[in-house]
Amino acid sequence: MTDAIVIGAGHNGLVCATLLARAGHSVVLLEAAEEVGGMARGLAFGDGYRAPTAPFAYPLDPDLSRQLDLAAHGYQAGTPVATVALAADGRHLTLHEDRLEGVDIPAEDQAAWPAFRQQADDFLEALAPLFGRPPPRLKDFSSADRNTLMKLAWKIRFGLGRERMYEFLRLLAMNIYDVLDDGFTDPRLKGALAADAVLGCQMGPRTPGTVMSWLQRRFPARHGALSAVRTGAGNLSDALLAAAQAAGVQVRQGQPVQQITVDRSQVTGVVLADGETLSSGCVISALDPRATFGCLVGAPALDAQFAQRARQIRGEGVVAQLHLGLRERPAFAGLDADQHGQRLLFAPDARYVERSFNGSKYGEAAAEPVLEIALPSMHETELAPAGHHVMSVNISAMPYSLKGGWDAHKAALQEQLLDQLEGLAPGLREQVVAAEFLSPVDIEARTGAVRGHWHHGELTLHQSFMMRPLYGAAQYQTPVAGLYLCSAGAHPGGGVHGLPGKLAAQRVLATGGAA
Amino acid sequence: MKLEHEHFRQALQGSAFLGRMESLSNTENWASWNGYKVPRVVDKLSTEYFAVRSGCAVMDLTPMEKYRIRGAGARAFLDRLVTRDLAKLRPGRVSYVIWCNDEGKVIDDGTVFQLGEQDYRLCAQHHQLDWLLTSAVGFEVTIEVETHAVPALAVQGPTSCSVLQQAGLEGIETLKPFDVKELRLAGAPVLVSRTGYTGDLGYELWFQPEHALAGWDAIFAVQGLYDIHAMGLDALEMVRIEAGFIMPGFDFNCAESTVRAGHDRTPDEVGLGWLVQADKGHFTGRQAILAARKKPLQRLLSKLVVEGNKPVGEAFVYAGKDGKQVGEVKCTTWSPVLKANLALADIECQRGELPADLWARFDYQRELKWHTAWARCRAQNQPFYQPQHRGLTPPAPY
Ligand SMILES: Cc1cc2nc3c(=O)[nH]c(=O)nc-3n(C[C@H](O)[C@H](O)[C@H](O)COP(=O)(O)OP(=O)(O)OC[C@H]3O[C@@H](n4cnc5c(N)ncnc54)[C@H](O)[C@@H]3O)c2cc1C
Repeated sequence: MTDAIVIGAGHNGLVCATLLARAGHSVVLLEAAEEVGGMARGLAFGDGYRAPTAPFAYPLDPDLSRQLDLAAHGYQAGTPVATVALAADGRHLTLHEDRLEGVDIPAEDQAAWPAFRQQADDFLEALAPLFGRPPPRLKDFSSADRNTLMKLAWKIRFGLGRERMYEFLRLLAMNIYDVLDDGFTDPRLKGALAADAVLGCQMGPRTPGTVMSWLQRRFPARHGALSAVRTGAGNLSDALLAAAQAAGVQVRQGQPVQQITVDRSQVTGVVLADGETLSSGCVISALDPRATFGCLVGAPALDAQFAQRARQIRGEGVVAQLHLGLRERPAFAGLDADQHGQRLLFAPDARYVERSFNGSKYGEAAAEPVLEIALPSMHETELAPAGHHVMSVNISAMPYSLKGGWDAHKAALQEQLLDQLEGLAPGLREQVVAAEFLSPVDIEARTGAVRGHWHHGELTLHQSFMMRPLYGAAQYQTPVAGLYLCSAGAHPGGGVHGLPGKLAAQRVLATGGAA
Repeated sequence: MKLEHEHFRQALQGSAFLGRMESLSNTENWASWNGYKVPRVVDKLSTEYFAVRSGCAVMDLTPMEKYRIRGAGARAFLDRLVTRDLAKLRPGRVSYVIWCNDEGKVIDDGTVFQLGEQDYRLCAQHHQLDWLLTSAVGFEVTIEVETHAVPALAVQGPTSCSVLQQAGLEGIETLKPFDVKELRLAGAPVLVSRTGYTGDLGYELWFQPEHALAGWDAIFAVQGLYDIHAMGLDALEMVRIEAGFIMPGFDFNCAESTVRAGHDRTPDEVGLGWLVQADKGHFTGRQAILAARKKPLQRLLSKLVVEGNKPVGEAFVYAGKDGKQVGEVKCTTWSPVLKANLALADIECQRGELPADLWARFDYQRELKWHTAWARCRAQNQPFYQPQHRGLTPPAPY
């Protein structure tokens, strides 16, 4: 009988387990895969190549890094990057936090950009009470919940001031496309920002709520600039594992959990795939909530409406990933050598982004997808054999439920992508030594993320804050006593910032869950 | 069920027995029950009422919503659906059950018939398919709507057993209350259960469509002083109140069709707390019911005997004459056998208890002139009318 069992050693599961162990509890962390890190870990492919799954992230919550002594456990923050909005003709535009760089940038855009960014950060500051702490409950709220709501109301009303509050309320439910159209003219800029608002989600820039999803993604920017995630030495997953072990967490890899056992709405433990049972009155799941409730707990142990809602959580993976091992650094037209280490985003205008998304609604892969391109070997030479390079590309609008199935289309889609990349970086095809194409179905198989969704459930307004992952299971607790949620599926959602893991651990401790 | 072309032109559908009912009807007083045309009164209300209480009343039960639930997970599905422990339910037995939503509020009541190892029929007051399908997620079950496919009759009253024997139903006397068994009537198989909604001796007959009319005819062909009458909904309303049976959707709001907060009810609040067996394992609403039980009972759907003989109709209930209004009457009847005014009323509790001194205030008309009356009410737990003969096996012969 351990105090707590954490299921899934993604970065959130690791964070949660470590914090509980540090609070003095005995903790077992069960991970299905041989390696920890989940969607935040690097993957080996080809002969001696290694690529990140999540290539770019904002820095981890600094409080958390300190609390876990991550530096002492080998963690090295990634290299800050700027986003280069690639143009087909090589006239690229680079988005720095404070300015735009490139040719032919309209003066009014140049002026509007810092103001736009500042406004976003002001909004995020107003929303900070929501992001950085457990979301308030909708019903029966506690004094802490009231506190959160008051802080929120205060920050929105007085922090922003009357004028900006109206603007904030106006923008919140809007689509990013219209907002960008109002504020900017340069198609490269609008394309890049539109792509950022929907990356990883089954949405187009004209989908309502995409201003919110853009803000949500940007929230951790308060802690520092977007960085190229380290995949080799100093990577986050290894450091988190070391921190967990140092804290006394018993980490068991290659141990898929098959069932969470429940007796009359009280969790009693877990059953592993090999039949072993572990007992605990406290189980914290770092899995997609749909897997947690649908597969591990199972509808029969839940109330009918809750089980139904859990099944209806929206979140269908739409991003495929292509890893390439290259015999030399590719040469993107119009980029100098150094710029190849930046985040390269091909989304030439906002309509392109919307159009690429359209077909995905009907199970069709985009013929002209948005591409997010990383060359991690520019920062970590060890990811490829000497002189070689690794390229990792996130490809949007590649639906999980592809019409006709992935097996039938994968080879052709890979060729289509290589052609598209060849157009941007002439000669690339010749350089390819190893290639690995991961569809959302493959991503699901590798990480357990249901339907290959990046964030264990779409980041839509109706699945955010006190509604994340669903009504009846916000605040990390569930209708099953002793069962908690701590993954990207919980507030504040996906990305590699560790907040769900941290806030869930706080919740477990505050509710005496692991006692 | 296949819908006929242009079915919508017919506002109400008929069961297999409608033609027989129409030929017996002298009043043309029809109602819609779940979309079926059924009589409120066939001939004369008092005749129909007394057929239940001293003879044999026959009622068309086809409109009752019926669901066939089959499969390896059928028992587990039902256990999670209803609040009652079904451990004692076995093939050939019937159980009265209620089911709740996640908030522990009653959705509907009904009866589960176990027809085979993995084969059940659930009868419900209201349409439940959506709720059953929601509840079926994660279970190995199939759910089939059988409402129209199973014509059914209720045969109720002290002489009902004798009548059915005379009609040729052999072996009916061996059925104990809540037994269900396949027997033969008019040369055809028929499923018979000793169940009903009248509080009297009675049976329910579940036919295959092609044998339904022969069954009806066999019953109505029985000669002798058995006082056999077709019965409508109005007489049923009288006898079910006498028996203390509640009607979801009329006496209280069904949870899934309640819009306003606080207008739905827990099992305890409708007096059905005894149907909740929280130790049996998980079922929908279990935690909510247990949580509600930590607080004193808020309100209770209560059985009231209202003093006097003025027709009560619609009434508010007060704690003390001229006191605080604490509730309202949901249904009433004058009971001819008990010579009393009966009512079911939704009453607010005070510290978990019904107020001691209850009064009803109501308006009534005499020769078109309205009067207001106050009448003292006596709350009781037991059914108003519970005749000895209803439980005997074999039933007393006539
Ligand atoms: C291709 C891709 C690219 C991405 N790019 C970015 C990016 O650039 N920037 C960014 O911020 N975010 C990105 N994301 C999203 C980000 O990676 C995730 O939101 C985040 O890693 C989720 O972390 P987690 O700990 O909540 O869950 P996960 O990482 O999914 O962890 C869950 C863990 O549970 C394990 N598991 C599953 N089932 C079982 C079981 N039955 N028993 C035991 N263990 C089990 C899994 O193996 C896994 O280790 C990307 C995601 C993908 C897939």
